[in-house]
Amino acid sequence: MKILFAEIAAAAFVLFARAITAVRAIWPEHGLPSRPCVYFANHSSHGDFVLVWAVLPPRLRNQARPVAGAEYWLKSKVSTFIGRDVFNAVLIEREREKRTQDPIELMTTAIDDGSSLILFPEGTRNLTDARLLPFKSGLFHLVSARPDVDLVPVWINNLNRVMPKGEIVPIPLICTVTFGDALRLTPNEGKDVFLERMQAALLALSPKPLGSGE
Amino acid sequence: MNTASSDLLTLVLGIVGVLIFASAIGYMLQRRFSANGPNAAVENLNARIKAWWIMVILIGIAFIAGRIGVLILFAFCSFAALREFVTLINTRRADHWALALAFFVVLPIQYYLLWAEEYGIFAIFIPVYAFLLMPIISVLRGDTERFLLRVAEVQWALMICVFCASHVPALLTLTIPGFEGRNVLLIAFLVIVVQLSDVLQYVWGKLFGRTKIAPNLSPSKTVEGFVGGVASATLIGASLWWITPFTPFQAGLLALIITLMGFFGGLVMSAVKRDRGVKDWGNLIEGHGGLIDRLDSVVFSAPIFFHIVRYWWSLS
Repeated sequence: MKILFAEIAAAAFVLFARAITAVRAIWPEHGLPSRPCVYFANHSSHGDFVLVWAVLPPRLRNQARPVAGAEYWLKSKVSTFIGRDVFNAVLIEREREKRTQDPIELMTTAIDDGSSLILFPEGTRNLTDARLLPFKSGLFHLVSARPDVDLVPVWINNLNRVMPKGEIVPIPLICTVTFGDALRLTPNEGKDVFLERMQAALLALSPKPLGSGE
Repeated sequence: MNTASSDLLTLVLGIVGVLIFASAIGYMLQRRFSANGPNAAVENLNARIKAWWIMVILIGIAFIAGRIGVLILFAFCSFAALREFVTLINTRRADHWALALAFFVVLPIQYYLLWAEEYGIFAIFIPVYAFLLMPIISVLRGDTERFLLRVAEVQWALMICVFCASHVPALLTLTIPGFEGRNVLLIAFLVIVVQLSDVLQYVWGKLFGRTKIAPNLSPSKTVEGFVGGVASATLIGASLWWITPFTPFQAGLLALIITLMGFFGGLVMSAVKRDRGVKDWGNLIEGHGGLIDRLDSVVFSAPIFFHIVRYWWSLS
């Protein structure tokens, strides 16, 4: 029964996201990896992972699990249901002092079980004017533990305008989700160099801001 | 079967015939020029023809469903067009409520007023009430950065995508003596003439186009395409007089006005796209681009057509 509700709710989320944003995916030249991988995306809105999830082909969508903050999603019964049952999120504890489980371990377990991850390496929603916040080191620790996993950069465009922080009504605007070609950790690559390279790969997918050229 | 639906049926059969003919030509061109390597122009032509089938079927279903079907179809067109337009304009966070209002209050009310046949309010609701209320809502947040530009762009988006577009279904509210129950054919006349004019301008331009008519705005439009398209669409409009309350001469004259408005509407909307640095309004219709790319000429001709018919033919 709960599973049925979860599936209906998931379909409703996808339908709603599509109706508001008419979201369109732009695929990479060489296609998406069919093996479990890590999609890493820019984060500016609560709806980000719904959009990535909505555009993925059904087969890949069913294996994809968003990585999200446990303290946010386990706050109430409804959000727990949405986070855990509808989107099957990998819930990690972000505050280091209060942790009972190691986030990297949770993520590697999910990958070993055949799931893909949707990850937001900025760690929190970007509410600044900068296009991207500096990545947290989680992505590096994750690929250090699983170096053969493909990393797919994903740029989500316009969703921050659909629902800016603090607003409750979404504005219908066309959004695009651009997937890049898969990347790997190269041997002997240091943390800073790697994170720098991932940020550059993600930014390379972002379109020029429309109409803002004066 | 009354005369309106039998005329509609004749019309639909005619359009389906044209589409079958177009699909056959598209198929032949594909075999001839695009069999080995893809030929972009032929691929695009076939994508367009396929999209036309879908559009004709959707409009057909709306016509069968009657008044409510037509209103819902155009309300959705307005919604999708407004979404494309607002995506390309300057908005700031302070405009959030004004925009939400445009989508979720102004647009439904405009179409509700048509349903309720409240012409007096329908005609001024956006130009007066929305015009004054939207900037008030934006100003409440106290953000003055590019204020005039932001407010003006939202007004323009509403006028084009909601106000002007709603004048197509508004044709249903007219009362023309001797034409009762046949108003849906006025919509068919407008849409067929204006869309055929676009298609014929494209065809004439592809076949005989030499001289560019507006190289800065729309490099694909030519003088030959313009003249040939407008002339042939006007003739077709005149030959459709039997579905309208007009004489053949009147039908031809109205068709000429419609096609000219449509042509210049296309130019204006091209200029807006150039200004925003995009080639298409969106990707809703395969081969055509966005919905506004298809609707631009209708949007510019509908209010003029509506008011001419209302002034000289309608009692209401």
